[in-house]
Amino acid sequence: MLRFRIQYNKDTPLQYIGNLDLHKVWERYLRRARIPVAYTQGFHPQPKIQQAAPLPLGFLSQNDLIDVWIEADQWTEHDFTTHLQATQQPGLQILSVSAVPLHSPSLPTLIQSSLYRVILLDAVNLTELQHRLSELLERSSIIRTRRNKTYDLRPLIENIQLIPLQEGCAAFQMQLSAREGATGRPEEILSELGIDPYAARYIRTGFIMKE
Amino acid sequence: MKQNTVMERLERILLTVEKPGRYVGGELNQVLKDWNLVKTRVALAFPDIYDIGVPNLGLTILYHILNERPDVLAERVYLPWVDMEAAMRQHGIPLYALESKTPVRYFDILGITLPYETLYTNVLNLLDLAEIPLHSKNRTIRDPLVIAGGHAVYNPEPIAPFFDAFVIGEGEEIIHEIVNTYQTWKQNPSSRLDLLSELAKIEGIYVPSFYEPEYNQDGTIRSIRRLHPNAPPQITKRLVAQLPKPPTRFIVPSISVVHNRVSVEIMRGCTRGCRFCHAGMVTRPVRERGVDEIVSAVREALDATGFEEVALLSLSSSDYTHILDLVSRVAAETSDYYLTISLPSLRIESFSVNLMEKLRGSRQGGFTLAPEAATERMRNIINKPISTQQLLDTAKEIYSRGWTTIKLYFMIGHPSETIEDVQAIADVCKAVLAEGRKAIGKRATLHAGVSTFVPKPHTPFQWVACDTLEQIETKQSLLKRELRGPGFKLTWNNPHETLMEAWLSRGDRRLAGVIETAWRLGAKFDAWQDQFQFALWQQAFAIHSLDPAFYTHRQRTEDETFPWDHIFSGVRKAYLLSEYHASLVEKTQNDCRQGCFACGILPKYADLRRNNPGSHWKCPEVPRRPVKVPLKQPA
Repeated sequence: MLRFRIQYNKDTPLQYIGNLDLHKVWERYLRRARIPVAYTQGFHPQPKIQQAAPLPLGFLSQNDLIDVWIEADQWTEHDFTTHLQATQQPGLQILSVSAVPLHSPSLPTLIQSSLYRVILLDAVNLTELQHRLSELLERSSIIRTRRNKTYDLRPLIENIQLIPLQEGCAAFQMQLSAREGATGRPEEILSELGIDPYAARYIRTGFIMKE
Repeated sequence: MKQNTVMERLERILLTVEKPGRYVGGELNQVLKDWNLVKTRVALAFPDIYDIGVPNLGLTILYHILNERPDVLAERVYLPWVDMEAAMRQHGIPLYALESKTPVRYFDILGITLPYETLYTNVLNLLDLAEIPLHSKNRTIRDPLVIAGGHAVYNPEPIAPFFDAFVIGEGEEIIHEIVNTYQTWKQNPSSRLDLLSELAKIEGIYVPSFYEPEYNQDGTIRSIRRLHPNAPPQITKRLVAQLPKPPTRFIVPSISVVHNRVSVEIMRGCTRGCRFCHAGMVTRPVRERGVDEIVSAVREALDATGFEEVALLSLSSSDYTHILDLVSRVAAETSDYYLTISLPSLRIESFSVNLMEKLRGSRQGGFTLAPEAATERMRNIINKPISTQQLLDTAKEIYSRGWTTIKLYFMIGHPSETIEDVQAIADVCKAVLAEGRKAIGKRATLHAGVSTFVPKPHTPFQWVACDTLEQIETKQSLLKRELRGPGFKLTWNNPHETLMEAWLSRGDRRLAGVIETAWRLGAKFDAWQDQFQFALWQQAFAIHSLDPAFYTHRQRTEDETFPWDHIFSGVRKAYLLSEYHASLVEKTQNDCRQGCFACGILPKYADLRRNNPGSHWKCPEVPRRPVKVPLKQPA
């Protein structure tokens, strides 16, 4: 068995599918590419593939990662790439493929933080918004309720910057914690800033990995 | 509103609705063409949500046929679910096609598939969301030509005013004739009437506005008056002599839908002659695809889609001539992947168990059999003669070879059914589960799916009445009482839904007003249990002073002219009547592959068969002698 790591972008219109559906899209893509994906043991064998970190519905993603185990001993990164490129999947763009040691730590445990770019669909008062953001970041705790659970958003925020765009529009650059059980969500920050979270376009632009 | 505006408005609402992946298109294998490079743009619509519509094989076939033409594009349209509909209406987004996001009303032709009747209010909702006038007579040359096809339109009368034309029968060839006729008209688009009179010349096209029903005092049909010289007295269904190459580049939805699979039709039509079966009557004659053609289609389709399931479709898999060979080869072809192969409609015999065993992985699901009735008398009446012993032997075989669940399909409400016949359903289910207990103990389960029979047009039972609400409820409560406890699962139809299905499928043109009123009162998604509102329909009938019982519970006389008599399925009314008579004396009829019973197909399509010789058409050769069968169906 071999293990490969694919770096890819998830482009439109795949932001409108959830994480389980994305998993299925990958399964079918790999099957069309005739990559000999390994299956789990048991009564209901499942293809052995693992995503780095679940992506909320509505998010685009850049530099995303997924691991694939295959039933082969001789495949090179080049073989894998060639197979993937022989077919295609609308909305998935392959950036690179690399072999990883079979028993190295699993992808989700390697992710420390996620980077986001959040583009606001409506024009904003930049000075005023910058002020609100500074106030937010000065707070020592931001208690919020999500799915009937209370949590503190503040320690999950590692960095946020406001970036002016053309025609009075703006975007945020965010770095949020993405450790297990401690995942910051950009739409929660928009809500806290008093911005309609539906009036934004979300892109996860990458990860910060553990050493 | 053009594409860009639709897209901009969509972005703000998509994340506020459930499963937004339904509304964005862009799936693998969709065909997106440049609007400026084609002559004719066709919107193909399934009048229910994406999840139900995408797997529909009929529309898939037409989508591929049309998009193969360089001068035509075809795009898909489904209905938004209630949350999305509300958002679209609020934001002023008209119904659009998924590929280019172009509003439906900019298309040249809107083709709606109607495989069953409970979609009728959705049709009105679809037209309304598309901003197209509901009534054919109110449309102008700026509106699309609105046509429909599918099994429900063998009785088009209840929805006649809403369509410009209906396609009766199989669409593969006639779709080109429709497009060509449209293109010729479009060069000089004088009036819609001109277009409709040209379309009426095509065999298999029914232009409802060229006909007018006249009624007797008692509400039955006196005659169907023709209003236009191009309107034929009878519209004969179209069929293809040989099934064309099956589609293989299936659209692969990025979200989960009801069937996520490759579907290959191995055979069309059925020779069994079950008297309740609408499909078995209207899809005659049997035409088979060759094993090689099916196997290579499966291979091609898997390569093109990556789907994890293949369905080999037909009305009766066991009757496919080379079924064993086919199943072995498909199983071999797909053995390098963890795939599921489904084979519906198997005969009740141990050979079926052998077949299913060849399909690795199939044991994950249950094993489905459809005895339809539980007493010998009832099975003779419906012409599905199998013995209970045969069913028990097969069940024993199934349980002992590793399946833990058997699903049995029955129907209640067959003509002349008594409470004893219903009790027998419960008894047979218990006996089957007892076989399972003997074979594998408490792991054995039995799922009884008991639906309620609706006598359908163009079948031998078209004369009989549907059970009343009280009869249905009595029969269902018996089953609910009998079939409970560990190991049993029972499912049944809501009796009110059955009554609605009955009047929609057996109605005349006066029902159109009822359907429109029901829709205006709020009826839609009638096929969804959680959306169906019986009270709205009762209200609509009352407003139009019509009695639903006239359509559902009336035994019809043998000389009655039916609202659908001018639509000819190729099976003669006289033949249907003789089959009805046979049912009254509990006489069964053999599989007609063995010998012809003169249903009318052979003489009607004699030229078609002669011009397309080959063994794929499974009607037996009939010795040459004076044919007693009249070529036209008597009125």
